[in-house]
Amino acid sequence: MTEQTGRQIPDRLTSPLSRALKSWEALLLVVAAAIFIANSLASPYFLDPWNLSDATFNFTEKAMIAFAMALLIISGEIDLSVGAIIALASTVMGLAMTAGAGTPVLVALGLGTGLACGAFNGLLVARFGLPSIVVTIGTMSLFRGISYIVLGDSAFTGYPASFGWFGQGYVFWVITVELVIFALAAIVFGVLLHRTNFGRMVYAIGNNATAARFSGIRVERIKFTLFLLTGLMSGIAAICLTSRLGSTRPSIAAGFELEVVTIVVLGGVSILGGSGSIPGVVLAAFVMGLVTFGLGLLNVPGIVMSIIVGALLIAVIALPRLWSMVRR
Amino acid sequence: MQDAATPVLSLRGIVKTFPGVRALDGVQMDLYPGQVTALIGENGAGKSTIVKILTGIYQPDAGQILVDGTETHFPTAQAAGHAGVTAIHQETVLFDDMTVAENIFIGHAPRNRFGLIDSNAMIRRAREILASIGADLNPAVRLRDLGIASKHLVAIARALSIDARVVIMDEPTAALSHKEIAELYELVETLKGQGKAILFISHKFDEIFRIADRWTVFRDGQFVGEGLMAGVTEAELVRLMVGRAVDQIYPKRPAEIGAPALTVAGYSHPTEFEDISFTLHRGEILGFYGLVGAGRSEVMQALFGITQPSKGATRIAEEVRVIRSTAQAVQAGIVYVPEDRGRQGAIKGLPIFQNVTLPSLRETSRNGFLRLAREFALTREYTQRLDLRAASLDQDVGLLSGGNQQKVVIAKWLATRPRVIILDEPTKGIDIGSKAAVHDFMSELAAEGLAVIMVSSEIPEVLGMSDRVIVMREGRIAAEFAGDQMTPENLVRAAVGIGEAA
Repeated sequence: MTEQTGRQIPDRLTSPLSRALKSWEALLLVVAAAIFIANSLASPYFLDPWNLSDATFNFTEKAMIAFAMALLIISGEIDLSVGAIIALASTVMGLAMTAGAGTPVLVALGLGTGLACGAFNGLLVARFGLPSIVVTIGTMSLFRGISYIVLGDSAFTGYPASFGWFGQGYVFWVITVELVIFALAAIVFGVLLHRTNFGRMVYAIGNNATAARFSGIRVERIKFTLFLLTGLMSGIAAICLTSRLGSTRPSIAAGFELEVVTIVVLGGVSILGGSGSIPGVVLAAFVMGLVTFGLGLLNVPGIVMSIIVGALLIAVIALPRLWSMVRR
Repeated sequence: MQDAATPVLSLRGIVKTFPGVRALDGVQMDLYPGQVTALIGENGAGKSTIVKILTGIYQPDAGQILVDGTETHFPTAQAAGHAGVTAIHQETVLFDDMTVAENIFIGHAPRNRFGLIDSNAMIRRAREILASIGADLNPAVRLRDLGIASKHLVAIARALSIDARVVIMDEPTAALSHKEIAELYELVETLKGQGKAILFISHKFDEIFRIADRWTVFRDGQFVGEGLMAGVTEAELVRLMVGRAVDQIYPKRPAEIGAPALTVAGYSHPTEFEDISFTLHRGEILGFYGLVGAGRSEVMQALFGITQPSKGATRIAEEVRVIRSTAQAVQAGIVYVPEDRGRQGAIKGLPIFQNVTLPSLRETSRNGFLRLAREFALTREYTQRLDLRAASLDQDVGLLSGGNQQKVVIAKWLATRPRVIILDEPTKGIDIGSKAAVHDFMSELAAEGLAVIMVSSEIPEVLGMSDRVIVMREGRIAAEFAGDQMTPENLVRAAVGIGEAA
């Protein structure tokens, strides 16, 4: 027998630090800093702590969903019904509120509706193998349609004062409740994706779902869980948004899904699945928030703002590719 | 009409190499007008490669293609078509959402004076061609609505529409019923009558003897011989096809055969296989031989929980159960190294260590949280045993060679400390060095008491490594051989279904 002495293969060739410096996240950090400086030069009102605190509302609700959406997109799926889930969850809470329910019941119903919607999406995708983009375009119309049937042209108003805490409350000084929820969600999803077996399996599924199944991973179960998590985060966002606005209209959170996906993609998550990180999504949320807030201070109209955000997205995604083409 | 003694198309000294593999090594072949030449060889003998060279998909590294005695090159598939060479493939490449006529004339449809497709002329000519091969098909029907046999007719009509002189039929009967095969034979006769040269590739000796005029045998990418069917017997062809010395790349070590590790009873599947029963022992390497499509991989994937059997059960370590998911299989100690490495084996895009630890995360983690140090330690242990060649353990698996990717997949399963390991074509398409390493390691595993199933279409590998061989044909166990009975002739006969008397 020829005893082969396996040569020593190093664990890593590049240190985690040098990797981090060359990463997408580092680029985003530079972009965020640049926008921050540009904003503070462009408007004297920008650096006011209370203004900055207000600015966080531009992204906190969307970013909460973006964390769950990032995992979903890394696994190779997508959920376009998140805005509609908010509408439905808000409507359910509104109905309960008119029936006299208190804040704890409203919160439970908001979370429950989000979970139920996520479970419905997850069932259709994971159990029946339907493509998620089609399923969630369908449920996008379905969930919001129910809100329109219930509400028509009217709106629910008159939520209890204690319910206002989620969207209007402050934990201390200028730190809002929503900002704290955002930070907690970032930590929970960051740990889940980067430090647990579950997160590892999400990456495996996103890179090659067939090979993941051939490695003994319960692919369907994980995908179902991801839809459930996205539904849950949409439910939390529904509570925050309803509480902040103090009312429910069927058009609530219209267009959220695209902004959430924009944050996720801007954060460096591959739309084809398989790669991306939560720190990237956090930074992308700040970039989006800073851009919209800065433009708002300069009195740029909403339409122009969305054009600029769209151009920013394409530019940030296209630049690395253009750069590598130029270098060749 | 040409003189039958002059070949329409000849190949001389064709060489084609792929990284690590010499697929064709100076082969020759002649195709004559109005005659059917059967190309015979084991899986991996180079038959598919020659078809791809003849149809302009691959370019030979050396050698000549002669059409009517003149040297020609086929830089593209179109060039091959213009020279009159066309192929009807194993899985016919047609367009389901286009009509029969559109499929026949795709790429060379008749044009009207505005340069647009003249659909009336196209349908008229399609009808003529279909009538000439006796196919009763409506040219305006979408291909999606046709059966597999009708699709073959469309493929043949397409071949005729470009006025082909050489028609390649690559396993044309693989998916056909008996009646459809009879119709195909008639069609081959019609084509012969029209003076076409036909290259017929098949594993089935009965049909080769039924319709071929000449034979050519390849083995391991080399030309072995050619001649007239009239002057040869089945036994001679089988010997030419497999006859080679089994040498030392099969370092089988004697291992003690122990208690049963896995018993399979009556495993059946509605379409893929039926009544599969066998017992696998500790320390044993059980070979599964058969032709491509005999159902071997399907049985193995059912044992691994990818698909579910309609009937039957397994007993693993005294516990009777039916495996319903891959997760259950891994828990029960059955693991599977798939044939399709790129799609089912290694997860490209993930680093080596994450590939290796994927099924073992429960062991390396604490309460569901990753512990990278333990992952690297586990990966190091098994990749060293397999002599993996890589720059670092966090290198992307996709950057490794095929043989090293295979080692990562095997390491992944060994790290789960399984009872039964199923290797499906473990050395297909990998270089000779890695091949010997994988074989050596298989022997070592068996010696340590692991039960090994090896699915292989390579006779030398099956004979060199197995303690016992099960041969499958058409979804059933056709025969089982051990000891002196394990000969190339016996395996091939059982696999293609030639009776003992022949």
